[in-house]
Amino acid sequence: MTTDRVATGETSVSSEVGVAKMTLEEVREILGAEVIAGAHLLSLEVSMGCGADLMSDVLAYGKPGSLLLTGLTNQQVVRTAEMADIVAICFVRGKRPDEQTIKMAKSQELPLLWTKLPMFESCGRLYRRGLIGVSEYTE
Amino acid sequence: MPFTKVQELVYEMKVSQVMTRSIITVGPQMPMSELREIFRDKRISGTPVVDGGRLVGIISLEDFIKWLYDREGDSLIGDKMTRNVETLYDDEPLVHAVSKFDTSGFGRFAVVERLSGKLVGVITKGDIIEGLLKKLEVEYHEEEIHRYRASHIFEDIVADRTTLVFEYDVVGREFDRAGESSSRLKRTLTRLGLEPGMTRRVAIATYEAEMNLIVFTEGGKISVRLEPGRVAVDVTDSGPGIPDIERALQPGYSTAPQWVRELGFGAGMGLVNMQKCADEMEIISAPGKGTHIKIVILTGRNR
Repeated sequence: MTTDRVATGETSVSSEVGVAKMTLEEVREILGAEVIAGAHLLSLEVSMGCGADLMSDVLAYGKPGSLLLTGLTNQQVVRTAEMADIVAICFVRGKRPDEQTIKMAKSQELPLLWTKLPMFESCGRLYRRGLIGVSEYTE
Repeated sequence: MPFTKVQELVYEMKVSQVMTRSIITVGPQMPMSELREIFRDKRISGTPVVDGGRLVGIISLEDFIKWLYDREGDSLIGDKMTRNVETLYDDEPLVHAVSKFDTSGFGRFAVVERLSGKLVGVITKGDIIEGLLKKLEVEYHEEEIHRYRASHIFEDIVADRTTLVFEYDVVGREFDRAGESSSRLKRTLTRLGLEPGMTRRVAIATYEAEMNLIVFTEGGKISVRLEPGRVAVDVTDSGPGIPDIERALQPGYSTAPQWVRELGFGAGMGLVNMQKCADEMEIISAPGKGTHIKIVILTGRNR
């Protein structure tokens, strides 16, 4: 189904790897997501996406400037984002974090989004619209 | 400027911090015709009316214009002023003033001291905005100064060698608090102006170390020595120790309980991640003797 990209005139992935950025507002639209924290920060840009439920993997392979997609909703997700310079978190599969986690994110000005889509589809939709992955990113 | 900061200030700041203190008052017996000069000379658009030290009303430019419009000869201020004056106390938070402006539609309120009932000032919407902007500016400057001072600390200290030491005590088994020490450390290093890549590596290494302390021990200590160009981290505990260090360093090897895995950790990547962030790492451990992990992280140009 690559005709979609060609038809809308979007840049092809192969030639533009490493430069495409996406605002959180665009992410919100593409995923039909709700904003849980940081509604005033939706103009922030993410350079790549990182999907993981294992926080150690985020710490190991995540890069600064990423959007983290995860099904995990505890406070350690926010801590991990803080340590790894993650720009924003989107919780997938309709899972919502508790109040404590939201509070922690707010105090750090870390935007939180929430989508009902499962992990694979969330990542797929963003990738299809041009958001690259961590391994493709070059500074 | 984050919206939330302004909201916070509106609750924090008091009416007395933004109100105009040098107020001009008029008496109820003064003729309306004299207001013109007062308003023009003092560049104000309204003023409290005081009789024998007591606040009896407020007369505004609007009242004055209305009087001019249906002018039937001069009148006394006392006859044209707004009588049921709503006042604010000087120690009320600004948010009260904001909501009062919102609901009443008035342009200004007299401010009285709570105990004495004495008139001490006047507050307008403009005063509130100006007060908030000033406060934001001052806080911004203070933060800038803090940042500047912190980031130049090594230049300011005169010595042959300078070392800053930060120590953090980590309490074991308190999973909810995991990351608190690393978070505090990261904020400190950021403020000290360390290069972001280096700060990130230190933060990730100490976070994984902190997690290990919490999962496997009754607690321990993270000690961070900061010198120009390098950061040395020492993590010590008197926990169970590591029986086979070589195996523990293999990616995916884990002895963590299931509940830790459910929380997104314990997949055998902790020590591996620490090693990945470190330029040098040494593990000293034996069963029953606790663990001491030494990590050195260098600035980008020293790597």
